[in-house]
Amino acid sequence: MLTRVAIAVAVIAIVPWVVPSFLVFDLIYVASYAIAILGLIILTGMNGQISLGHGAFMALGGYVVAVLAHTAGWPYWLCVPLAAVASGLAGLLIGLVALRLAGVYLALATFSLAVATPSFLKHYKSITGGFGGMSLQPVQAPAGVPLDGQHWLYYVAWAVAGILFLLSALLVRGQFGRALRALLDNPIAAVSFGVNPYFYKTAAFGWSAVLAGIAGGFYAIPTAYVSPDTFTSALSITLLIGAVLGGISTFWGALVGGIVVEFLPLVAQQINAAAPSVVYGVALILVMMFLPDGIVGGLLRLVHRFRRAPPQPVLESSTPSAAPVAVPSRASSAVEE
Amino acid sequence: MHDLAQQIVSGLAQGSIFASLALALVLIYRAMGIINFAQGELAMFTTYIAWQLVQMGVPIWIAFALTVMAAFAGGVALERVVIRPVERANQLTVVIVTLGLFISINGLAGWFWGYIVKAFPTPFPTTPLQIGGVAFSAQDVGVIVVSVVTLGLISVFFQKTKLGLAMRAAALYPEQSRVLGIRVGWMLALGWGLASAVGAISGIMIAPVVFLDPNMMQSVLVYAFAAAVLGGIESPIGAVVGGLVLGVVINLLGTYVDWIGNELRLAAALAIIVVVLLVRPAGLFGRVTVQRV
Amino acid sequence: MTSPLRKAAAGIVAAAFTLTVTGSTIAPASAADPGVSDTEIVLGGTHPYSGPASAYGNIGKGIGAYFSYINDKGGVNGRKIRYIDKDDGYSPPQAVQLVHQMVEQDKVFAIFDTLGTAVNTAIRPYLNQLGVPHMFVATGASTWGHDYQKFPWTIGWQPDYQAEAILYAQDVLQTNPKAKIGVLYQNDDYGEDYNAGLKRGLGKHSDMIVKMASYETSDPSVGSQISTLKASGADTFMIFATPKFAIQALVLAAQQSWHPKIYLNNVSNAIPYMNAAAKAGGQVAVNGVITTIYLKDPANHARYAGDAGMKLYNEIMTKYLPSADKDDGNYLYGVSIAYTMCDVLRRAGKDLTRKKVMDIATNLNERDNPWAYPGVVIRTSPNFRYPITQMIAAKWLGTDWSPSGLLVDTRSMSMAEK
Repeated sequence: MLTRVAIAVAVIAIVPWVVPSFLVFDLIYVASYAIAILGLIILTGMNGQISLGHGAFMALGGYVVAVLAHTAGWPYWLCVPLAAVASGLAGLLIGLVALRLAGVYLALATFSLAVATPSFLKHYKSITGGFGGMSLQPVQAPAGVPLDGQHWLYYVAWAVAGILFLLSALLVRGQFGRALRALLDNPIAAVSFGVNPYFYKTAAFGWSAVLAGIAGGFYAIPTAYVSPDTFTSALSITLLIGAVLGGISTFWGALVGGIVVEFLPLVAQQINAAAPSVVYGVALILVMMFLPDGIVGGLLRLVHRFRRAPPQPVLESSTPSAAPVAVPSRASSAVEE
Repeated sequence: MHDLAQQIVSGLAQGSIFASLALALVLIYRAMGIINFAQGELAMFTTYIAWQLVQMGVPIWIAFALTVMAAFAGGVALERVVIRPVERANQLTVVIVTLGLFISINGLAGWFWGYIVKAFPTPFPTTPLQIGGVAFSAQDVGVIVVSVVTLGLISVFFQKTKLGLAMRAAALYPEQSRVLGIRVGWMLALGWGLASAVGAISGIMIAPVVFLDPNMMQSVLVYAFAAAVLGGIESPIGAVVGGLVLGVVINLLGTYVDWIGNELRLAAALAIIVVVLLVRPAGLFGRVTVQRV
Repeated sequence: MTSPLRKAAAGIVAAAFTLTVTGSTIAPASAADPGVSDTEIVLGGTHPYSGPASAYGNIGKGIGAYFSYINDKGGVNGRKIRYIDKDDGYSPPQAVQLVHQMVEQDKVFAIFDTLGTAVNTAIRPYLNQLGVPHMFVATGASTWGHDYQKFPWTIGWQPDYQAEAILYAQDVLQTNPKAKIGVLYQNDDYGEDYNAGLKRGLGKHSDMIVKMASYETSDPSVGSQISTLKASGADTFMIFATPKFAIQALVLAAQQSWHPKIYLNNVSNAIPYMNAAAKAGGQVAVNGVITTIYLKDPANHARYAGDAGMKLYNEIMTKYLPSADKDDGNYLYGVSIAYTMCDVLRRAGKDLTRKKVMDIATNLNERDNPWAYPGVVIRTSPNFRYPITQMIAAKWLGTDWSPSGLLVDTRSMSMAEK
């Protein structure tokens, strides 16, 4: 696994020197998406709590950064951690509410959050700048660093992503991860073994919100602008699409998912500029039909087939065929009838 | 309070729009346990088909009937072709497929019929009505009546017919149903067909009021989703009641609570629903299932 | 830390170190302007081709059709125009990324007809910083004309919303000084601009506004708002809404037996929309509605039957967009704004530079746009950057808009820089 990580790090480091500059810019957004999707992988993939509202946490993070930077003039390296704290707290709060909801009810509650986000942003216009939005200063590399602003931001974004992936891996490697999975697979058994569901489920929500909040910061900063239009419910849907398409059971899925949601719309336009949505929608359907466990899931299955021996237990994934079901199945919930 | 009465009536009118789509959402949920994101777009697409028929000179009620039948067939076909391959996969995968359908059907409708907003003929008389100074239209009443009738038909179908029973069994206990000889796969397809047919009815009822364009159903979908959950995601009655209640509540909140205004109406309504869910996790008419964890 | 993790961390640090040592910057812009060759001019733009605003994508298609027409006739001063037109889904971050690509990869000469206030606000600083012309943006927000000193490379085109609202305000003051005004507006910058204009136009009489009701684009219907407005006792009704909601407003007002004097913003006045309202709400819903017009309406076959401009439009549409619905005014907007763009490029001559093009765009006096309403002149000066300021008031009588009076020039009303 470590070789894979090293390769990934090397690729990320080298890419800006071999691709055109506008792609470097796009890859900053890939980092942002990957971070947010990682949150969904932990929350939904490992713990089974569906969130259709993580775009709201991105909005919170993005706007905290924007307000602090624009109104108070604080530097970004100070704003982003504060955004993380703010969205973490919000995530814990929502997580507490989410304890009482499950499956489709949780999906609706979080989706409501996503849908209501632009309204809130418009409503509190004295803070958020209303629908006019707020402009931000473009990023400059610090003195002494021979990179232009864009390249610097790329490395910062990916370094932060790397750190967050690392922290998350540490988190889920031990008891935390086991508890999350246990609560998904067999909650009754987990609780009888002393796993406190309230703590772990809320914490999972909180951590995924922290990730989304930081992602929101790295979504706003390269754009150098925030507005309610930037954070519509479509963003939350995009994150979920990225998570499932990438592969909701492994951290690599976040990386692949980020790449997919960033570049698939652009590819769709190349194929049919008149109706790119049709291409995009059909692509989603086809990928799900042929790779129901996502792209990474599909690749792992392929690798599985070529190796007779079972694969090495990887840090962050369960084997693909046992991809945890993210929704408590209907059969079990109707059991009492 | 004449104005209050008017707002309530407007709310019922709007709520009936939510109710009719919520019915379709509930049907799919009962069959498959997922929320079908594409429900609204399917309804919109079939409404365009109805529009096309009317443009070609077909009388509105015949166009209505033809469209509902076409929607049924389309729903069945969609399930067999697109959903069946992913039936066995985890439910998130299916949700993504419905999202894919949502996006592509929306694009397809825009491609075929363009984006100019179109009037859709109402099957009901257009003269405005008034009772005690409160204005409404025959359309408003018509939507409520049609929704209730559809609800009645569905309930009778599920409770009293063999096929309905088979469908319920296939949804709840697929393995046992197979043992009993029920073709579970086809029951699922029927569920989709039924939901699409109800969706078509919903679209045809809604279009005269909100006017026909490819994005017509998107605003309704969120509210329909909320209404279905409020009423109890598996309860058709809940869908209709939930829709009506939601429509009225939103109207009243937006009009009379100043700090909510119009901006936060949806947010407030959704907040209320979340609160309701916290108290009654299965919604107003849902059956409470006990999970001891 | 365990060993594998330590190795990973070391790897990251090593990579970061090597990179800071190497380092590079974007190459500075070359002396000659990009996007111009002997044979071709490259322009770039973004429109929503997916998502809720996709209707406006047809503007981009109209532009493409017009450019194809021009190219088939030999292009502009011997150069063909290549228009790179991408889908931004009405999302500012998406638009920003696409514009970066167009400027840095496709090396466009100028950005033309990007759509949406939020989108353009997001890309404006980047383009102005790099000195890329940001031309004829497809939104009526007043900021493009108002903030030109800060953003000299940006210019709008269509009449700004505030000026239009001022016109309505003045009409009310002249015809019914005791009017009680109710307003339905979309809750975004577009609606806000209209409201600001209305208040400015009413001046110290802005207390004539008795009720303002907003709606969100995510609302299914504006029934509740209409009830509220009716209950306020307003006898004059300003509709600052996009087509779907405007039609609903007209119909619902009629259904609720509310018959105020109605002013309708020109975004929603195309004949197909009025017909839709009439169909659903009866003639009473649309008779007497007042609006302003600055472009010809392609759905108005009767009025423009012999019109040379409309004939050309139909030819272009038939040849280059055969399956499109010609009645859709978005296509006409597209060909019309493309005409202005080509006009500017043509006047710049063979020696095409970005600066020259901006100079011409800010010294425009275009009288022959085939699709502007007869008499409308597209005019700018270095201190006045609202290209179209003329409109004519019109009233709906029966089946058509009946222009009344003369073209009004709202030039003095536009927010010239403070």
